[in-house]
Amino acid sequence: MKDPHIAAPERETDATSLTGTAQQPIVELVNGDEAVARAAFDAGVSLGTGYPGTPSTEILETFDALGGVAQWAPNEKVGLEVALGVSLAGARSIVTMKHVGLNVAADPLFTAAYLDVPGALVVVSADEPGMSSSQNEQDNRRYAVAAGVAMLEPSDSQEAYEFTLRAIEIAERWQKPVMLRMTTRICHSKTVLRRGEALSIPPPRPADFKRNIPGRVMIPAYARPAHKRLRAALAQIAAWNETADVNRIIQGSPALGIVTSGISYQHVREAAPEASVLKLGMTYPLPLELIRRFVSTVERAIVIEEGDPYLAEALRAAGIPVEGKAEMFRLGELNVTRVRRILAGDVSPEPELPPGKPPTLCPGCGHRSVFSALRNLGCIVSGDIGCYTLAVLPPFEAIDSCVCMGASIGVGLGLRHALPPEQAKRVVSVIGDSTFFHSGITGLVEMAYNPPPTGHVVLVLDNSTTAMTGFQENPGTGRTLDHSATAKASIEGLARAAGIRNVHVIDPTVDPAAFERLVKECLEKPELSVIVARRDCLLAARTIREYERMNARCN
Amino acid sequence: MRAVTNIVIAGLGGQGVLTASDIVADVALHAGLDVKKSELHGMSQRGGSIASDVRFGREVFSPMVAAGEADFLVVVEPDQLSVNAAALSPSGIIIEPSQFHAEKLRNKKCLNVALLGALSRHLEFSPEDWIAAIRRRLPEKLVEVNLEAFALGRG
Repeated sequence: MKDPHIAAPERETDATSLTGTAQQPIVELVNGDEAVARAAFDAGVSLGTGYPGTPSTEILETFDALGGVAQWAPNEKVGLEVALGVSLAGARSIVTMKHVGLNVAADPLFTAAYLDVPGALVVVSADEPGMSSSQNEQDNRRYAVAAGVAMLEPSDSQEAYEFTLRAIEIAERWQKPVMLRMTTRICHSKTVLRRGEALSIPPPRPADFKRNIPGRVMIPAYARPAHKRLRAALAQIAAWNETADVNRIIQGSPALGIVTSGISYQHVREAAPEASVLKLGMTYPLPLELIRRFVSTVERAIVIEEGDPYLAEALRAAGIPVEGKAEMFRLGELNVTRVRRILAGDVSPEPELPPGKPPTLCPGCGHRSVFSALRNLGCIVSGDIGCYTLAVLPPFEAIDSCVCMGASIGVGLGLRHALPPEQAKRVVSVIGDSTFFHSGITGLVEMAYNPPPTGHVVLVLDNSTTAMTGFQENPGTGRTLDHSATAKASIEGLARAAGIRNVHVIDPTVDPAAFERLVKECLEKPELSVIVARRDCLLAARTIREYERMNARCN
Repeated sequence: MRAVTNIVIAGLGGQGVLTASDIVADVALHAGLDVKKSELHGMSQRGGSIASDVRFGREVFSPMVAAGEADFLVVVEPDQLSVNAAALSPSGIIIEPSQFHAEKLRNKKCLNVALLGALSRHLEFSPEDWIAAIRRRLPEKLVEVNLEAFALGRG
């Protein structure tokens, strides 16, 4: 494992790294996640942390591969808190998550914004318009406004690299966290990245504790002036943003002016090559005077943005007359065709694309025996987030709710409390190992604390990896992000410690009938039971054995 | 040459769609062109449909091929043709396994690269450019069998 105490990772010196010059830059085709990781590494970020989630996962994996210190946290809240600590120590940190992860990390985010944070703290939110692999398509630009955190939105890998550096610079200049808001098409599209000129940002400072009680201890007496300082900092950042080079004007015809940001900019340039375009790089706080001037120079001004009408609303509230998009375009991703429609005011129904083949639980997957049993027993299944959510599709159709990480336990308990006993007795909660460590532990504590009259049954499907996002480690695997050995948290141990009496560990694939009998017995008792169904993920099993052999040799 | 060439490669998770689009993008990048490549991962790992868009030319903006604007639709899995047919332009060309002797492949997993061989006949890059990209993008032990597959597809 790499030592996080090293203030900054040493820069690579081989030919694939920073040997480029202005005359001969290094040219690579990388996705947005890789570009962010490369920038974090080049800027000497001391620690990268986060929780895996499509489309953000590759940032920390790449940061690790480049030689940075990267860690998976049990969840995004803990990740953000660890990153905040690094930055309070004066070093640079980055914390990565998918959009819904920021809901979990929102608590520290809102107050971190009040703090004086000397080292850069970059919060990456990877949003999912279109929900390729998510449960909602919330627009996290709203978080920047709500928390009072400056936000940059790259539109390709080049900007993902440059804006990460910019975020670090802005964070240290104003001593405030900065949000880098990505979307799926930025994270997962490969575009050309040119690196060559020397970094324009100052080198990182060595970590050093400097006491600053009023700037870091948010009791009301210190929080009130801290809030005032935050608003003053945001006003300064807004003023800076008016002339900052993160925003660009592409001078075109005065007949049409488009205000846009992020991936929408790329669609706009193609859908309306003749238009004048104001491309915003920092979308909170907004450069309102720049936008006002741009809008005043064009005959028709329209905002093109994916997701919520965030920009359109903010501009209209500031008295800037802009058109927005029709409500139908709030849903899903934009693309060139949809941007053409928005510009033409075409709200006719869009053609539906033929459905592709849906993903399924792999043949031979251990989860299959679990859901066959639950289906046979007529269970009401409170589900969770992971591969096993695929059991909602045929042939199983054995999931009755899926909301957010960890919700299976709380929702299952609520169902047990409210349903008539003959139905309540059939309710089970199903949660994966990584999801359990992320948000399931407090659910178990609730279960022991406020048990339903019929008892409850929680199934933890432990496949020894975070499979859905691409086989990341978690606190239960006994390995860190780079697969080296560390403490292994015990699901059954945590269940017992919470006060659950019936704790079983079973491989559901060895004797599926015996597994089904065990679930049946637990359901029949008005008691609390946790069944850990433990079977290595079929796709990861070989790699897991290799890591285990490797780590055994090291010890 | 077109201003921007639009290619969609479609198949199922595990069929090497992303590897194939990486190779195409690599060829274009090394020819000095602007390149963008886009796909959605995530759920596709579990055997579901997957499509990858590759666009190259002097300057490329959107990373996604607009509906009805694909110059080439490469299908690794023939039943994914109907799912992606709307991507193809009226003058677009379909590249599929039935167009060459796919049954002669030494390793069926190289079908993705064999299809690139078939695609390569329609593009301006030389066979040497493709071979170099395959060598750059694939692990050494897989290079020879894939070069054979490429040659088979190119015919």
